[in-house]
Amino acid sequence: MQHYSMNLKLKVWRQKNSNDNGHFENYDVNNISSEMSFLEMIDVLNERLISEGSDSIAFDHDCREGICGMCSMVINGQPHGPWKGTTTCQLHMRAFKDGDQITIEPFRANAFPVVKDLMVNRSAFDRIIQSGGYVSVNTGNAVDGNSLPIEKQHADDAFYAAACIGCGACVAACKNASAMLFVSAKVSHLALLPQGEPERKQRVVSMVAQMDKEGFGSCTNTYACEAECPKEISVLNIARLNREYLNANLSGN
Amino acid sequence: MNWSLLFSSSIGKKIVMALTGIFLVVFLVVHCYVNANIFFANAEENFNRAAHFMGSNLLVRITEIGLFAGFILHIVQGYKLELQNRGSRKTRYAVTAGNKTSKWYSRSMAILGTLILLFLIIHLAHFWVPSRFGGLEEVYYGDKKFHNLYLEMKNIFAEPWVVIVYLLGCFSLSWHLLHGVQSAAQTLGWTNKNFFPMIKTIGIVFSILVPLIFALMPLAMYFGLQLDLENITLLF
Repeated sequence: MQHYSMNLKLKVWRQKNSNDNGHFENYDVNNISSEMSFLEMIDVLNERLISEGSDSIAFDHDCREGICGMCSMVINGQPHGPWKGTTTCQLHMRAFKDGDQITIEPFRANAFPVVKDLMVNRSAFDRIIQSGGYVSVNTGNAVDGNSLPIEKQHADDAFYAAACIGCGACVAACKNASAMLFVSAKVSHLALLPQGEPERKQRVVSMVAQMDKEGFGSCTNTYACEAECPKEISVLNIARLNREYLNANLSGN
Repeated sequence: MNWSLLFSSSIGKKIVMALTGIFLVVFLVVHCYVNANIFFANAEENFNRAAHFMGSNLLVRITEIGLFAGFILHIVQGYKLELQNRGSRKTRYAVTAGNKTSKWYSRSMAILGTLILLFLIIHLAHFWVPSRFGGLEEVYYGDKKFHNLYLEMKNIFAEPWVVIVYLLGCFSLSWHLLHGVQSAAQTLGWTNKNFFPMIKTIGIVFSILVPLIFALMPLAMYFGLQLDLENITLLF
């Protein structure tokens, strides 16, 4: 792949704190390598901002290898940017051309208030997990593989659902800021496995109640979430969540 | 079941939307079937007899109450959900590049629903009000008296603007159903890897076919078209 350098025009959301109204600010960044990651490009800009004595751009990041779910931001209208199935940290600058204008915004949802600049508070997701996204059985040490037989299809579906890193891109992409893809992945992951069976009904009822309490919108099945999900979680999990919810409520606890 | 969840929780409200939606879809099929009498020979008598049956049969009348309830629930819950969803993102994005996964009509269900509601009010005023509260001419078949709803249809669809309004109503319905049918299946959890493509196809075929038959009705009346098929009657 041909290496090249580029000059870019950035339009970045700056917001001092959660009470500030926020505004866009324009920055020119020059001599950006096509082999940098998107976050490294912001690092370069931040180093310049710091050396100029101004406030650097705050953004969330942690592992920078696409598995922790910390990085967020909406790049040119797409959560995690233009590449399919990719987090912002794994988005590389070769996705852009010299002279491109890039608009960078935080994930936007009432349930994800902006902390500063591009950082949003996603603890609503933590509270949803706390409300039921766990198993209470003491699993002890790791057991031998295949000591607990699980149907292949269930194991596969549970695994794909468990791939959710809880980044919140589904909420950011959804026109209703709905968290249904996230909740459905977490519910599916545990509902498909024997370890999740004891709290199966209570879990789905509690997690949906918490989801509603946090102020997320509801699902209108336009499936923008699935398209923007860096882990490509399927919307069929949402159908399973609906099924689990209906079953739990119809059969009682 | 904690029934209040059907009206308070997000998934509960969606389930109400899906169930009432499916009920209204069933109504559309019945309505379409009864009205299709007008396309065939002896249209006036067959249609008036069918309309008389629908207006006088006790079971149908009881179902009619359910139908009104279904409409009201679907409309009220729909608007409640729309308001809630619109309010869940106070600060909008400056740039949106999404929308690749859905068509405009999937994202405009409330607007399409509102158009259908406006159409419904006009439609009820045209046909349902006079057939329930009087104002229709009468006609005898044998020695039995019937409302001449067919004549009413002919008179109403003589106006070009009425025909256009009805065609727009059918377009709105078609777009609403194109999203609604598959969405209802997904909300009720009926979709899985094998079913989803099939449900989507059934939804598309239904959403085009039924509104198309409906749209042909004012057109057939306006242009005076009728199929010359002696043996087909869709009578009860």
